[in-house]
Amino acid sequence: MSADRATSRLELREIWLALPERGGGRRLLVPPLSLSVAPGEVVTLMGPSGCGKSSLLAYLCGTLDPAIRAGGRVLLDGVDLTDLPPERRRLGILFQDDLLFPHLSVGENLAFGLRPGDLDRAARRARVEAALAGAGLGGFADRDPATLSGGQRARVALLRTLLSEPRALLLDEPFSKLDATLRATFRRAVFDHARARALPTLLVTHDPADAAAAGGTVIALETTESGDAAPDAAGTRPPRRGVTRA
Amino acid sequence: MAAALRQLNGGGAAPAGRRPLLQPLRLVPGVTLFLFLAPIAAGLIGTLLPAFGWLPDLGGERFGLHPWRALFAAPGLAGAVRLTLVSGLLATVLSLLLVLGFCAACHDTRLFARLRRLLAPLLAMPHAATAIGLAFLIAPSGWILRLLSPWATGWDTPPDIATVQDAYGLALVGGLMLKETPYLLLMTLGALDQVQAKRTLAVARALGYAPAAAWLKTVLPRVYPQIRLPVYAVLAFSLSVVDMALILGPGTPPPLAPMVLRWFYDPDLAMRFQAAAGAVLQLGLAAAAILLWHGLERLVARLARPWLAGGGRGAGGRLGRAVAGTAMATVFATAGLGLLSLAVWSVARRWQYPDALPAAWTLDNWARHLGALAWPTWTTLTVGLAAAGAALVLALGCLENEQRHGVRPSSRGLWLLYAPLLVPQVSFLFGAQALTAGLGIGGTWPALVWSHLLFVLPYLFLSLADPYRALDDRYARAALCLGASPARVFWRVKLPMLLRPALFALAIGFAVSVAQYLPTLFAGGGRYVTLTTEAVTLAAGADRRVIAVYALLQALLPLLAFAGALAVPGWLYRRRYALAGMR
Repeated sequence: MSADRATSRLELREIWLALPERGGGRRLLVPPLSLSVAPGEVVTLMGPSGCGKSSLLAYLCGTLDPAIRAGGRVLLDGVDLTDLPPERRRLGILFQDDLLFPHLSVGENLAFGLRPGDLDRAARRARVEAALAGAGLGGFADRDPATLSGGQRARVALLRTLLSEPRALLLDEPFSKLDATLRATFRRAVFDHARARALPTLLVTHDPADAAAAGGTVIALETTESGDAAPDAAGTRPPRRGVTRA
Repeated sequence: MAAALRQLNGGGAAPAGRRPLLQPLRLVPGVTLFLFLAPIAAGLIGTLLPAFGWLPDLGGERFGLHPWRALFAAPGLAGAVRLTLVSGLLATVLSLLLVLGFCAACHDTRLFARLRRLLAPLLAMPHAATAIGLAFLIAPSGWILRLLSPWATGWDTPPDIATVQDAYGLALVGGLMLKETPYLLLMTLGALDQVQAKRTLAVARALGYAPAAAWLKTVLPRVYPQIRLPVYAVLAFSLSVVDMALILGPGTPPPLAPMVLRWFYDPDLAMRFQAAAGAVLQLGLAAAAILLWHGLERLVARLARPWLAGGGRGAGGRLGRAVAGTAMATVFATAGLGLLSLAVWSVARRWQYPDALPAAWTLDNWARHLGALAWPTWTTLTVGLAAAGAALVLALGCLENEQRHGVRPSSRGLWLLYAPLLVPQVSFLFGAQALTAGLGIGGTWPALVWSHLLFVLPYLFLSLADPYRALDDRYARAALCLGASPARVFWRVKLPMLLRPALFALAIGFAVSVAQYLPTLFAGGGRYVTLTTEAVTLAAGADRRVIAVYALLQALLPLLAFAGALAVPGWLYRRRYALAGMR
């Protein structure tokens, strides 16, 4: 797969998330968080379920549920993405589930990810076939995703994201539903691809083994107590806490 | 739609990084609300003013109470009101008790699952066809007595008893139950999924409660609030139904709604004032009945408290199960037999009393009326498809707007959605003619479609909203992050994944449109006839074989729509395992 290999750096500046509570207060989900991910680096955010990890990634993508309040800036290669619509941010994301579109064939799922560009139909088809062959899934283009095994589906989901030529990779516990042997293989495949393309990668997980395999910086996110003061929309500075560098 | 009001009020802040403000999608809730509420508001005003003497076109230029004096002096009014209240309340009470009793006693039986699958065709049956089918069954010369005569009854000629159009309106109650029971059952089934009844029941059963007691004590208190609006809609409908009352109800006096309709169409135009007053009275009756019902709800809830917490575990409930199961099965069987009797009559050449089946069969009945059927069938089809199609577009627009802009559905929105189902048709449809006339589209095809849309949209929206809101939003998020625009995500991801519920909702909308009688009569201005208006007119006295042809065709169109709604996704997704078995 050719891709633009322009190295880029993913930066999070003072990103916070809070849930509005009855009575006008807010419960801070993620305290102001600043970090920087270098090209090819994997940074892991660790935290228990319900601590707002997935919401944080949704905020980065621009797909956060509007019921959750959030602030802070997302930068890619110094360019502020925060006000761009999700489809123009070019942040690839993998979820816990593969989320292959059930009404499309495996090949159509991949073609959905492929940028429109100036490729004609045959060339697009060739790109898809080549990607599948490269992942050991040659000849799978016309298959129904529902007939694939869990590991195969996970690989197709990864290919679909990579074909969309993202400039950074966000991983929302994409290994947690795979069984132990598959998990290790798939994890390695994801990290290898990310490094090969020099993609800054942000992984959220509650599994220490994921963090160990990622081998990069690990940041622990803690759930904060209810009733904490949270910044209002005007942007007053919230207190710094709840984040520890490991 | 349910969330439309909030949207109009400016609720729901746009999340960061979203599109510019000016979007056609944002206008959809407002347009929908206008299309929806304007005719009702204009219609109520257009009925209220003449009820108090104001109708300049007919020389009414002074307010006064003379329409009311004329109304109260009208012969048979007291009887009509009594008949309306008795038949409407009885049909609602019996339908609700039957549904709740059946769910309580039989929720874990095979019959429950089986009847659940038969629900869609029953819901698809238009009211008129259902009523005619019932009349063909229970009339003194109907199929049931033919099957029992003369060997069991000894009758060689039809007995002289009024089993249809009886003075007490019992046949009308029966006909209403055939339509309202499946509807309330459907609403209850939807509510059961919402409150996760299975888990609650498992807990109650583990605590030693018998199935029926467990259902009534732990599930009903949470299910009822969810079906309250549908129950009110059933109540308002039963009190004001016209087409079923014309077919099954007594004629002297008829219930109030057909009586008011008769006055609206009286050659003496001065009767319009009296008719308008009657339409307002009809509105008052529906409102009073809903208030009364609401009071009873609270009373029952209070009286039941000690029983709920009393610890009684209930008994085995074999008898209850048998009674409720039989009663519900009877409703389904009656509707099915009614449809079958339409089919048999439509191909009967000679069918003398008391033969169980026709002595000679023929397709002549169909061949002879093919020409006459063409125009009403065409109107029924085109109006139904246009109204259901427009409603689908509006509902999808409202739901998509709701998701894109994070608007939460509100209970106030739900009440608005139910408005056309809670206000009696006869109370506002006549007045609504003034609105369409003012817009210069009175009595035209668009006005007809619009009038159907009022009733198609709520049912279609309610059917589509749950699956739409339940679709895993991560599919859309994944697609956006792959670089697809929101429009592309809607067309290429959401809509294909929701094709099955969308087509099902379309079929429901079409079925609702096909069933409309009064809107067709008023908005069509006499220029448009549908299979429904023809069937109701013919039912007053034509040859049974002719009635059967019209009524059967009226029933078949929605059934075909439902069959198509099931078959099309099944075929399109025949190689997509995950979507093939859904629903």
